[in-house]
Amino acid sequence: MQTDQQTRATMWPDEIFEVLKESGVTQVAYVPDAGHSKLINRCHADKSMKTVVLTTEEEGVAMMAGTFMGGAKGVLLMQSSGVGNCINMLSMFQECRLPILMLVTMRGVWGEFNPWQVPMGGSTAKALENAGVIVHSVDHAEEIKETVNACAKLAFNTHRPVAMLIQQRVIGFKNWRK
Amino acid sequence: MAAKKTSAKGLDRRKVVAALVRDRGDALVVTGLGSSTYDTFAVGDHDLNFYLWGAMGGAAMAGLGLALAQPKRRVLVITGDGEMLMGIGSLATIAVAAPKNLAIAVIDNGHYGETGMQRAHTGLGVDITGMAKAAGFPSATTIESNADLQRWLAVFHRKPGPVFGDIKVSAVPAPMKLPVRDGTAIKYRFREALLGKAAFE
Repeated sequence: MQTDQQTRATMWPDEIFEVLKESGVTQVAYVPDAGHSKLINRCHADKSMKTVVLTTEEEGVAMMAGTFMGGAKGVLLMQSSGVGNCINMLSMFQECRLPILMLVTMRGVWGEFNPWQVPMGGSTAKALENAGVIVHSVDHAEEIKETVNACAKLAFNTHRPVAMLIQQRVIGFKNWRK
Repeated sequence: MAAKKTSAKGLDRRKVVAALVRDRGDALVVTGLGSSTYDTFAVGDHDLNFYLWGAMGGAAMAGLGLALAQPKRRVLVITGDGEMLMGIGSLATIAVAAPKNLAIAVIDNGHYGETGMQRAHTGLGVDITGMAKAAGFPSATTIESNADLQRWLAVFHRKPGPVFGDIKVSAVPAPMKLPVRDGTAIKYRFREALLGKAAFE
């Protein structure tokens, strides 16, 4: 029998999707990540959302500037390793006071198998904060809905760059042996 | 002086940019940092110019975000070859996203003009029109003469995109003319012209 907690542990991508819709987000840009795969599929399936696959995360940062300049709202999905690719492009958001909503799935922090993920995982929050991004982190699935809602409001109401870090504890361990 | 060492072969960049924006209508324009921003300002300031002074490699993608947000407006990206090269992967992203209203003009002098006129990959044999074609742009052209340019203007403004043009210009620098630098001022000017009061909500 599935408990509420177990349901919540798998429902959070749907909750993010609902919050994005309620927030008026119509553009989604992403570099694929296993943690975001369900959300990416939901965005692609919704014809009212323009969902764009990127070759590198900084493309999505630049795109989100155009999105807001054009009067629309967007969201950028990535893994923590991609945050390092974004830094100079984020300067545009501080200088132009533009909003960006970044949803970052963490690697290299909690029960990681791949040692190459550890350096960027360890500096993700600091790198974002140094680039002028407001960072909120979630450790538990039940916190995601209210946190993504708070991040979207903060970003779009105050024209600020905001990132939500979805900690590895929420996503669960990647099975390397299957 | 850099101008003496660089080739005067190729079109005059200011004349090219003047031709690109002359019949812009209600188009939205994004300019890449450096000379493309100065050129676009020098030939006629406009509230619907999004001048980038940084974010190198981001002009084409900012254009994509705008084009998806404003599907009824033409979005014109005017940028340099070095700026386009830094975001060269965005050619793949834009080709896949396939916005019909986005057109990119690369003002290609084959050099990094802001940093001492070092030769760029485009000046060393790399064919970025070929890269745009290979990515899947339905329209990608290299423009080497004024006649080519005059023929291509209708494509730039009206052909269903995404459209890409690599325009070979002289490496002789144009006189400095600098637009507003404050990013927040640029943002509000552009958004108010496009969105009216909603820009301040």
